[in-house]
Amino acid sequence: MTDTSDLTAALRGIVDDFNALTTADRLQLLLEFSTGLPELPERYAAHPELLEGVPECQSPIFLVVEVDGSGPDAPVHLFFSAPAEAPTTRGFAGILYEGLNGLTAADVQAVPNDISDRLGLAEAVSPLRLRGMAGMLGRIKRQVREKSGI
Amino acid sequence: MSLLFDDDPKFTAYANPERLVSTQWLADHLGDEGLAVVESDEDVLLYETGHIPGAVKVDWHLDLNDAVTRDYVDGAGFAKLLGGKGITRDTTVVIYGDKNNWWAAYALWVFALFGHPDVRLLDGGRAKWVAEGREFTTDVPSPAPVDYPVVEREDDGVRAFKEDVLGFLGGQLVDVRSLPEYTGERTHMPDYPDEGTVRGGHIPGAQSVPWARAANEDGTFRSRADLDAIYRQEKGLTPSEPVIAYCRIGERSAHSWFVLQHLLGFPNVRNYDGSWTEWGNSVRVPIARGAEPGDVPAP
Repeated sequence: MTDTSDLTAALRGIVDDFNALTTADRLQLLLEFSTGLPELPERYAAHPELLEGVPECQSPIFLVVEVDGSGPDAPVHLFFSAPAEAPTTRGFAGILYEGLNGLTAADVQAVPNDISDRLGLAEAVSPLRLRGMAGMLGRIKRQVREKSGI
Repeated sequence: MSLLFDDDPKFTAYANPERLVSTQWLADHLGDEGLAVVESDEDVLLYETGHIPGAVKVDWHLDLNDAVTRDYVDGAGFAKLLGGKGITRDTTVVIYGDKNNWWAAYALWVFALFGHPDVRLLDGGRAKWVAEGREFTTDVPSPAPVDYPVVEREDDGVRAFKEDVLGFLGGQLVDVRSLPEYTGERTHMPDYPDEGTVRGGHIPGAQSVPWARAANEDGTFRSRADLDAIYRQEKGLTPSEPVIAYCRIGERSAHSWFVLQHLLGFPNVRNYDGSWTEWGNSVRVPIARGAEPGDVPAP
């Protein structure tokens, strides 16, 4: 069993859902996260330069974090931009959005760095791609740290 | 029965024009009896977002690799895969994919390990089909299973292993990675993360011919004359001697293997699928650094 004791409720649910499925169905679930990723709001869609690129990913992806206020309890909001022709990368962004959006700055900082390894996807996607998801998480955490001041 | 070849004038100059089809040819023949269209992508979810009508998916992770051994599926595994996709030994297979057909060429190369008689690449791949605004569907076909014979995989002549390359030093080796990977400045593609190679550089004596030089902007292959100018005139490669191509994990070099084998007609080309991830990590294996092929160690 994949350990989820150190995860927040949303992430625990996602990890449990993935691990309950066969490998092929895990890919389908990843695709659902891909299609569920919200569009960028106008303030970012019109200003892509405000987003940070994640070169660890094999396809272009950009992200930005907003923190309401400062300190450990400040809520965090995530915004991603990833092309439709990169569904795997979008799927990983979708998981992070679903799992982290709205958490407090402290909770985001506490997300384990190996979350990408707990989805049971190692057989189905390349290590490079899983590392890309870890790269997104690393950049999210850094932005949260800078913007929340914790 | 094979389908008729694509007589697109561009293809006639190639050594094996029957190994390529144009997007127009494919559009004209979709649904023909005896034709199977296969999509094979680097992004393993791309097929599900839309594909050429009737195309089946071959997943390079789940379908072509053995789940345990660091190897491809065996004859029984290949028969199960193709039979399950409704492909017989007589079926004409057209493969296409993303990323300049890297994985499509890779899949075609694996098909070649099993000697599938008629397998072709879609010139320009998925991107050209998209650019031309051609039809896509999310309907996944469920072809009736058919019998595909169990054919023993024959690696000889098509595939090179590390030991083969060690015995081949001084021969025509082609490194198809980007220049910074070749010189040793980096161990991975620009903007791609490191996949964990200990050392950077290239196999001693290998010529640098980045795969992209074989492709036009739109992902189609360059003309026969252009390819001859690069591989034969500039690099001095000769068809009378064997060639081994490699990259980082064997997919980009499958693309160059296709160019040398089928477009230029070199009779003896092997793809070293272990490539730099194996070579750069292997104990007591020589490497060279810098922009020159470097000295080949005495045997």
